[in-house]
Amino acid sequence: MSRRQLIVLAAVLALACVLPFLVSNYRTFQFNLVIIYAIALLGLNILTGYNGQISLGHGAFYAMGAYCTAILMDKFGVPYWATLPVAGAVCLLFGFLFGLPALRLEGLYLALATFALGVSLPQLLKYHQLENWTGGVQGIVIAKPEAPAFFGSLGLRLNPDQWLYFFTLAVAIVMFVLAWNLLRGRVGRALVAIRDQHVAAEAMGINSAMVKSLTFGVSAMYTGIAGSLGAIAVQFVAPDSFNIFLSIVFLVGIVVGGLASISGAIYGALFIQFVPNVADEISKAAPWAIFGVFLIGFVYLMPMGVAGALRMAVARLGRKRQNT
Amino acid sequence: MRNVGVRFGGIVALDDVSFEVTRGRIVGLIGPNGAGKTTLFNCLSRLYQCDSGDILFDGSSLLRVSRHRIAELGIGRTFQNLALFRTMSVLDNVMVGRHCRTGSGFFVNSLRLPGVAREEQATLEKAQALIRLLGLGPVADARVADLPFGTQKRVELARALACEPKLLLLDEPASGLNHEEVGVLGKLLGEIRDRLALTVLLVEHHMSLVMSISDRVVALNFGKKIAEGNPAEVQQHPEVIQAYLGGAA
Ligand SMILES: Nc1ncnc2c1ncn2[C@@H]1O[C@H](COP(=O)(O)OP(=O)(O)O)[C@@H](O)[C@H]1O
Ligand SMILES: [Mg+2]
Repeated sequence: MSRRQLIVLAAVLALACVLPFLVSNYRTFQFNLVIIYAIALLGLNILTGYNGQISLGHGAFYAMGAYCTAILMDKFGVPYWATLPVAGAVCLLFGFLFGLPALRLEGLYLALATFALGVSLPQLLKYHQLENWTGGVQGIVIAKPEAPAFFGSLGLRLNPDQWLYFFTLAVAIVMFVLAWNLLRGRVGRALVAIRDQHVAAEAMGINSAMVKSLTFGVSAMYTGIAGSLGAIAVQFVAPDSFNIFLSIVFLVGIVVGGLASISGAIYGALFIQFVPNVADEISKAAPWAIFGVFLIGFVYLMPMGVAGALRMAVARLGRKRQNT
Repeated sequence: MRNVGVRFGGIVALDDVSFEVTRGRIVGLIGPNGAGKTTLFNCLSRLYQCDSGDILFDGSSLLRVSRHRIAELGIGRTFQNLALFRTMSVLDNVMVGRHCRTGSGFFVNSLRLPGVAREEQATLEKAQALIRLLGLGPVADARVADLPFGTQKRVELARALACEPKLLLLDEPASGLNHEEVGVLGKLLGEIRDRLALTVLLVEHHMSLVMSISDRVVALNFGKKIAEGNPAEVQQHPEVIQAYLGGAA
């Protein structure tokens, strides 16, 4: 990482830490969702942006993570933080197993298979045989976690929204560092190599089948952990909050934010959280039309996503400085 | 390496072809377009399934080895129509070439355990050495898709060498190069062979290059071996002359 990148990173982290003390609780909750979406998008971007496997069904893994957490908290009294590793492990396994047969499918055919997963899961959650666990159409309501007393004794009074925000932020930092490590080394190169030229990748000794399935698993794990955090933040899970629209919105998020970019996940998350709100304020009658206009505008002005546009702007600045 | 015999069904792309490649030699593989040269390479790297025959490498059959294990065994290759990782830099392309000589997986990579950084450093140094050897230093950080064709060919060569192959398969390395570049390539191949103790199987249309650097030449036509011997012999072989004249007409 360059010096400038470190400075920007430190500034962003500092801003993220003071943010909950500057804005209302409701805004803090919204920013909490932004961080959660960023984790989900990072997961999808590892799969689609880096490895070239298109998923139209990642909402299903988000739902799986959310339900793991809700069921563990509601039925087994597991503390909210302890549900995250379980949700992550479950989604890792499901993602890997889904990725195995999906290996035979390329491009749009894989997209269709994942679409099938995305449309079917919400219905499965309503299935009456599972109702005891999932709460059926009603879903599950879970309690809002309080900040640990430990912080109070330090003189730091955090309300539940602030506490959850920081909890999510801490998880996100860990997840982003792990992803950064994964993507900058041998495995990351293998992912991109498979996307760019899978025949040559195999000739270089990359076990493409294994790498692709594992990538599917890791991707599902990220999105599942995000779903888990989402359930805790919203304190409620129901099948209809995880319909296919969520999967599509995730895909929109990574494209707008920037494919194959780690920071792109954050820009994409800001977009999918706030642009619908802004659209709603502009026109109550046709918010999605306004959203569509925003979307087309973004894609038109920044064909490489926000991350790509920023990268280019920085490069241009650098050249200008060199010339003067 | 001995007794490389391959047959290939459907359209008979390779028909009962047998020859040997001796360690440390450069063997030229010639023949008109559609003769089956690339098909033979693809059998060797397990992209195509052989319908009959067997391919032995260092005494054991390749036909039960899966594709991604070929590099590890020591067979590296370049492709007739470039198959680079287009969005990656030259350096990264060559580093991917080291994949089969390194082993860290998802788990240790994401935690960046101490061994990973060491392995990564070694990979980087090896890749940089190859980049210097092939004169790619000035473009090491450029995206390969932005480079001229001849340079991309050298990147492919560097990438193939990165896995420390014992046998290097080169599919028309001189195609698209100008006269001067072909001369440089010929010298480079000889040098690499001597320095890295390589065996090379070279598919090439550029006769003067093949004839000047090959120790032996095998000629194919319509999937059949029509001649084999030292360069001068094969060049004089009536069937070879016939094939090339016929192919050109
Ligand atoms: N994947 C394939 N499917 C069908 N036919 C093929 C395939 N690969 C090669 N062939 C055929 O096999 C023959 C030999 O092709 P190839 O090995 O590419 O020739 P060369 O490399 O000697 O020019 C050609 O007739 C070609 O059309
Ligand atoms: Mg060919």
